[in-house]
Amino acid sequence: MGHQEEALHMTPEEQKVFEDKLYAYVGVEVCSRKPAKDAVNETMIRHWTEVMGDTNPAYTDPEWAAQSRRGKTIAPPAMMYVWNQEGYSVASSGRASDPQTEMAEMLNDHGFTGVLGTNVKQEYVKEISPGDTVYVQMVIDNISERKVTARGPGYFFETLATFSDQNGDTIGVQRFRVLKFIPQEQPAASASDDKLQVPTRIASPRGHDNGWWWNAVDEGKVLIQRCKGCQTLRHPPRPMCGECQSMEWDSIESTLDGEIMSFTALRHPKIPGYPADPICAVIKLGEGTNIVSNIVGCDFDDIAIGMKVKGKVEQVDEKTMLPQFYPA
Amino acid sequence: MVANIKDKAVIVGVHNTKFSKDSGVSELSLAAQAVKGAIDDAGLKPSDIDGFATFTMDSNDEIEVARAVGCGDLTFWGRSHYGGGAATGSLHQAVMAVATGMAECVAVYRALNGRSGQRFSSGVSGEIMTADAIHWGWYMPYGLLTPASWVAMFNQRWMHLTGVTKDAMFEVAHSTREYAINNPNAFFHGRSFDRAEYDASRMIADPLQLFDCCQESDGASCVIVTTPERARDLKQPGVAVRGVAQAAAPDQEQMTSFYREEFAAIPEMEIAAKNCFEMSGLSVDDIDAAVIYDAFSPIVLWQLEAWGFCGFGESGDFVLDGALRPGGRLPTNTHGGQLSEAYIHGVNGIVEATRLVRGQSRNQPEKDINHALVTSGVGIPTGGALLGKLDY
Repeated sequence: MGHQEEALHMTPEEQKVFEDKLYAYVGVEVCSRKPAKDAVNETMIRHWTEVMGDTNPAYTDPEWAAQSRRGKTIAPPAMMYVWNQEGYSVASSGRASDPQTEMAEMLNDHGFTGVLGTNVKQEYVKEISPGDTVYVQMVIDNISERKVTARGPGYFFETLATFSDQNGDTIGVQRFRVLKFIPQEQPAASASDDKLQVPTRIASPRGHDNGWWWNAVDEGKVLIQRCKGCQTLRHPPRPMCGECQSMEWDSIESTLDGEIMSFTALRHPKIPGYPADPICAVIKLGEGTNIVSNIVGCDFDDIAIGMKVKGKVEQVDEKTMLPQFYPA
Repeated sequence: MVANIKDKAVIVGVHNTKFSKDSGVSELSLAAQAVKGAIDDAGLKPSDIDGFATFTMDSNDEIEVARAVGCGDLTFWGRSHYGGGAATGSLHQAVMAVATGMAECVAVYRALNGRSGQRFSSGVSGEIMTADAIHWGWYMPYGLLTPASWVAMFNQRWMHLTGVTKDAMFEVAHSTREYAINNPNAFFHGRSFDRAEYDASRMIADPLQLFDCCQESDGASCVIVTTPERARDLKQPGVAVRGVAQAAAPDQEQMTSFYREEFAAIPEMEIAAKNCFEMSGLSVDDIDAAVIYDAFSPIVLWQLEAWGFCGFGESGDFVLDGALRPGGRLPTNTHGGQLSEAYIHGVNGIVEATRLVRGQSRNQPEKDINHALVTSGVGIPTGGALLGKLDY
């Protein structure tokens, strides 16, 4: 009989005995305050910021930092947990036993073999700079009641690590939440893929006055509304002609030859479903109307007002067809 | 013909709540605090308030505010649309109500948890099918989602046409910050910045960097409008509304009027200026100080041109000559503006313009302030108001 069935078939009495042992770990110290192997140093800061793509000069540019209010570089606050990592010895000789590993073993023995880090929350109190030494002290802060999760039944536990410097001042705290669970048989890969929600671009709602335009985009065409009364082109589409008040209209297809009137890139915030720093532009089409779209296929620095562009309708993500413009 | 409300309505009470990034209270609580504070400032009683004016974007129903503050009968309420375009739009509603006798004491309020609640920088999304949602649909799929990105699109072209550089944008942000340093209710109270810090701040939407953008704030502001007769009996020096206008221009969209023949312009603000001057009988030379809506630094520059303080493309030189500073031609955003005090959708600006005319600003200029300009947001249907000393 495997662990999984053992755990699932725990009687209420057995579960109580098990949980009494489990909850005894609440408040237990995983490690007492101990220093990192290395002092805070510029080399590790540089490696970390390179990997993270963080170019803040406050971390890596001593010249800049000397002019700043702080007068010196600081370590990125989010690096707080890095300094006290065990390092490669864990891979070769394994992790030394401590109350957290003992608790994990006990959970494993009862079938809760699955492990999933679910949340990390850091709070920063004090800045540190090269030369400081980071100390860590950690406790098991809390353990949830038994939960039924999509992964299977299990318990969430949270460790609370307190980081301090060589003077004993708190630098910050980190809460790390882990789910230990009894793995359930997963549906076939293809079926689970269907449920994966990959964020896509936010679509326009489609109503009476604009739905036909977006439907044409889905078929690869960019149309421009044209008044049947006076032949005036208009975009965005509207139900009535502003020139002659006719409500009769048809449309023409744009050749998507255009010129950039203005442009920007949305650097912040990052929006799920969009490429990083999307470049948006107002483009005057050859037919005479303006349209807002993306500029792709070139660097932001190579874009200028007055530049000629050529558009085509492309599939930009799983669900979205959009006109996109390239340098002509 | 311009309707004439000149001197028929007077601002008699103003109040700002504490501004913060996390108020810890409801927006209704903020609204009630702002209204009560303005009533106290005026020396009125809650039961004197018989009308309200606010933004369509405000979440606080007038009757809820009335119940919370303990007001009595209401005979008027009116809301103004288009985000920050409603700043002096709400004042416009209140002035019309008082001038026509529809109400005697109208409280203009705006309360928002703009940082701890719904944030502007989180952008628009397409959940609801309205004309408004269809409008945003022309921009959302491309990622043109935030107020900063819309203003950046105008600004990039305006800078291209005029040759105005970031030196002028920095001067707007910096002169405003220098005022905030003296204002204890400003987020940036006591905190200066220099060009190096400005240049090093992160890019939000080219060419707008962090310090070109206003804050997201929690807080509320209120001003109370009543008749000149009643104002003369109240405790604060009355601040008369000489002119107030709302305006939209042809081919107007909400923040995205990209389809005009030349879109690096704000013709709606030019209409508001023309009508305010005509209504008041004042000219640009009569304006001694200003509170110019500053959701983003460059929009102050465009408005200086729209109101005729200088010609098209000349606002850069105008501000670089020190015009916005304490001893300058037009001390501007003396509370620290929305860039450095708080973003309360321009109503904190009406509070400050009132204080300038009263002589009560934290950064009161040495010269006599007989007339102050206050404006609403830019890129949207908008407006402005000219305030002056009440005749006693």
